[in-house]
Amino acid sequence: MTDIDELKTHLLTAIEASAALDALEAVRVEALGKQGRVTQLLKTMGAMSPEERQANGPAIHGLREAVTNAIAARKAVLEQISLDAQLAGEALDMTLPVDVPAPGTVHPVSQVMDELAEIFADLGFAVATGPEIEDDWHNFGALNIPETHPARAMQDTFYIAQPEDSADAPMVLRTHTSPVQIRTMVEVARRHAGAGAPIRIIAPGRVYRSDWDATHTPMFHQVEGLVIDKGITLAHLKWTLETFLRAFFERDDVVLRLRPSYFPFTEPSAEVDVGFSIEKGKRVIGGDEGWMEVLGSGMVHPRVIAACGLDPAEWQGFAFGCGIDRLAMLKYGIDDLRPVFEADVRWLKHYGFAALDVPTLSGGVGTAA
Amino acid sequence: MKFTLSWLKDHLDTDAPLDAILDALTRVGLEVEGVENPAAKLDGFTVARVLTAERHPQADKLQVLSVDAGDGPLQVVCGAPNARAGLVGVFGRPGAAVPANGMVLKVAAIRGVESNGMMCSTRELELGEDHDGIIELPEDAPVGAAFADYAGLNDPVIDVSVTPNRQDCMGVRGIARDLAAAGLGTLVPLTVPVVAGSGAGPDVRIEDAAGCPAFYAQGVSGLTNGAAPEWMAKRLRAIGQKPISALVDITNYLTADLGRPLHVYDRATLSGGLVARAAREGETVEALNGRTYTLAAGMTVIADDVAVHDIGGIMGGAHSGVSDATTDVIIECAYFDPDAIARTGQKLQLTSDARQRFERGVDPAFLDDGLAIATFLVLEYCGGTASGVTRAGAAPLGTRRYAYDPARAETLGGLSIAAERQREILESLGFAVSGDWQVTPPTWRRDIDGPADLVEEVIRIEGLDKVPSVPLPRVAGVARPTATPEQKLERRIRRAAAARGLDEAVTWSFVPEKHAALFGGGAWRVANPISEELKVMRPSLLIGVLAAAERNLRQGAEGVRLFELGRRYLDEGGAPRERATLGIVLAGDRRPRGWREGKAAPFDAYDAKAEALALLAASGAPVDNLQVMGEAGAAFHPGRSGTLRLGPKTVLAAFGAVHPAVLKAFDLSGPVAAVELYLDAIPAKRGAGGFMRAAYTPPALQPVRRDFAFLVPAAVTAEALTRAVKGADKAAIVRARVFDVFTGAGVPDGHASVAVETVLQPGDKSFTDADLKGIADKVIAAAAKLGAQLRG
Repeated sequence: MTDIDELKTHLLTAIEASAALDALEAVRVEALGKQGRVTQLLKTMGAMSPEERQANGPAIHGLREAVTNAIAARKAVLEQISLDAQLAGEALDMTLPVDVPAPGTVHPVSQVMDELAEIFADLGFAVATGPEIEDDWHNFGALNIPETHPARAMQDTFYIAQPEDSADAPMVLRTHTSPVQIRTMVEVARRHAGAGAPIRIIAPGRVYRSDWDATHTPMFHQVEGLVIDKGITLAHLKWTLETFLRAFFERDDVVLRLRPSYFPFTEPSAEVDVGFSIEKGKRVIGGDEGWMEVLGSGMVHPRVIAACGLDPAEWQGFAFGCGIDRLAMLKYGIDDLRPVFEADVRWLKHYGFAALDVPTLSGGVGTAA
Repeated sequence: MKFTLSWLKDHLDTDAPLDAILDALTRVGLEVEGVENPAAKLDGFTVARVLTAERHPQADKLQVLSVDAGDGPLQVVCGAPNARAGLVGVFGRPGAAVPANGMVLKVAAIRGVESNGMMCSTRELELGEDHDGIIELPEDAPVGAAFADYAGLNDPVIDVSVTPNRQDCMGVRGIARDLAAAGLGTLVPLTVPVVAGSGAGPDVRIEDAAGCPAFYAQGVSGLTNGAAPEWMAKRLRAIGQKPISALVDITNYLTADLGRPLHVYDRATLSGGLVARAAREGETVEALNGRTYTLAAGMTVIADDVAVHDIGGIMGGAHSGVSDATTDVIIECAYFDPDAIARTGQKLQLTSDARQRFERGVDPAFLDDGLAIATFLVLEYCGGTASGVTRAGAAPLGTRRYAYDPARAETLGGLSIAAERQREILESLGFAVSGDWQVTPPTWRRDIDGPADLVEEVIRIEGLDKVPSVPLPRVAGVARPTATPEQKLERRIRRAAAARGLDEAVTWSFVPEKHAALFGGGAWRVANPISEELKVMRPSLLIGVLAAAERNLRQGAEGVRLFELGRRYLDEGGAPRERATLGIVLAGDRRPRGWREGKAAPFDAYDAKAEALALLAASGAPVDNLQVMGEAGAAFHPGRSGTLRLGPKTVLAAFGAVHPAVLKAFDLSGPVAAVELYLDAIPAKRGAGGFMRAAYTPPALQPVRRDFAFLVPAAVTAEALTRAVKGADKAAIVRARVFDVFTGAGVPDGHASVAVETVLQPGDKSFTDADLKGIADKVIAAAAKLGAQLRG
């Protein structure tokens, strides 16, 4: 064994034996420091003849490289050991609780309004709105409900207080969203100078009736739909309502039963019953084990069309209306109407919807429980 | 509207089973609300004869009977004192349920003797109050027959909902006519008796021809007003009316049977003739319901020389009502103007069976016949002799004719029906149809108002369920948003709020007056509120959520974050203005106590500001340009609230801590923060509607941060300071933000030490030291203008 081999064995053993970074540094100085043994050997090469250099050079360089690599490797190992030790000392109890801000919620009534807008957008219906404090003409007169009409008794109207000496008919809290239909038709007639134009709208919103029991609240939400065009018939109404309810409840087996009825603003008029079945003791829309009344509808009365400034000989169409709160209750299994407007956070967290549960046609207009 | 099956069959000749009749009623638009057969609860009770009666061996008051209920003798123990051999009564078999108490009879031993059922009293069968003994039927009652059949109680009572347009169906006959048209049988022709009256008719005349166009009357004298015949009383009882006397019951019966209200006056109580005239303001009348009504000028009344005796067409007066002692009467058959009746009824808040029919419009061609039928029944059941008939005025027949195109059934109703079938339907309903399709509605169908009504008649009888389902044609062109910008804004804000941990509430639009007053008072009050709590249209969105926050905290919630999106109802020049508004209430703990942050922290005004800014940002408002100003309103803490404005006038939001006085009014304790955000003030996004955005490349060079600490007079706000700093070099300084505020040791009174962090963004070449010093000098100079001094 040459001196170089001997030195190499010695240094590599010392490197491997270094237990800490300072010990390793001492070995590095012994080998590669200015006065180090490997440094010294490298210096001797300058005095060598070319032949000697050729004979000894590779061994000396090899020695330096081996030592350098060994030190680097050992250093990485020692640093890892040191970091591991440090981290071991930093351990915390990861089971401690953290504050996760509770997500907020969207009210079921709002959610269902968005669902309706989505379903009807696919059928080409725009969303229309109007005032809740309405005048008599928009809420009643234009809808073929004169003051003495017995139908006024059907809708327990809230009137707005007015000065005693006022000769005007009192304003009312709208009893339905039908005045939005009137406003839409009047606007269309005005814009097109009576020539009219196709209309497809839904009008969702708050409505008011003086009635309060287990199934009625003095304020509730209604959605009405209106289609005015040429050649629209009751058959289109039936299809539209079928399509809407099937999409809303996401069931193909939703069946409708149209019953003749009476609304002053439609002729012919039809109440729409929807078939239900009993699943786990609850009434579920779909099937035909029983019928529940869900919608009122009909062909818009020619007098209503004329009152809005359109020619009923040319334009005709249908209208329908139903309770949004009721739809929400039926779809999402809300058994009791009373808490709907009480803003009990526990109820809102249970029946509300996540912000990102946005109804879309591709993602579904309903949100699974 | 209630009637019995047998009553219906007086007018409808049909073999149709009950179920078919019920289905047809709903199908033609007379929705069946209920059907009840009084016989159902008498199932198991039969007519039976007591064969023998012997003393019970163990009990003095009991007897042991042998009873024949049609199938041989049965042993029955009975305690009734009138139980005796030969009596025919009503026997309840084991298994039958006693109507009065629901007890199911069974074979049982009574004091050691087996009893196989029960002999029943009137009360036990809920047929009356008598409980002194068991029912005694006539000797010839058929033993073994079902008692309900024998007693004529096997007659289902049907209740249908009659829509307000169908006056004709407020009489059994009208319902029968619809059913006949629907193919359920044949309408039995109405027999109108000929009453041979003699002498002059009663003295009746009309002054108010608008309110009462026709007043027909006939007198009957020398009558006896006893009980109505049992068949009539039974029918009235079945539909929930109490039989009173023959005269009253006859008018009630005809009201229900033919939809023809009548009135009978006791002649002895009248002074002079009867006149249909307009009431005088303040005149009073005690009506048959025992209440006294004060009349307004213009209401139509029937009066004699002295007093008002009838609120015309609505309710008769007590004074001239008939009694047991009545011998001479005037029978009134009049036509009252529907609109006038409706107005009077609404004003007096008085409803009656007569009003319901008159205001919907009774058949104007049925006055003579109605009167004849009434007089005939009076003569039949009360005796007496009839006078002649007085006919004052004439009812407006209102004859209308419509040109009808049978194609309308399909082009409006969506159902193709052969023209001949349509003619058949219309004629069966009483319409006259000419060869060229001129259609005249019957006089009893005041509701028919044009060809659309004819389509309805045809379709509802043919079957609305036959209308096919035809797809609505797709709208041409590319799909564009169907929601308006306002609706989209509401949706964004709602979901942004929910994403920030706020729960959406929906609360009443009307609020208590005292709560509205805290927010400046409501402009609109409900004249007829359902309660004081739901009276004033809300002037603020915070009222509902503050009340809800209190309820939630009371129920144990720790932190309440509620929002509501809805309208405030304001007054703009005397007209309502409804402004879309978002209200947020933050109450209770913002953060629960915890091992990291220590004690629980309440919400403060800055939490409200954060919500306001976050939601304004989500709605696309230019939040960087907003100014914080005061005047958040009296509902907020005056020193801990503000408004966020775009320019000096446009207020986008008010935020802050709620005023302690408001908290007290809502029973809330502890700080509560709130925001009101005015959606309609948020400027619409610009960009001309296209999808293209302005070109942008992020700056290549790194930004530089420089901090400045100033001694600032207390009157200078953080916003003023940062605005000045930022304005010192608008090109270079892209952000200035206060990151520390300190008062106390080392800071002079009336001052604060405020540290501002700036971010400087180099353009196409890096800042030199000289550049940076120049910017710093400008910052210091700008701050100095506000009185802020750089700290050494």
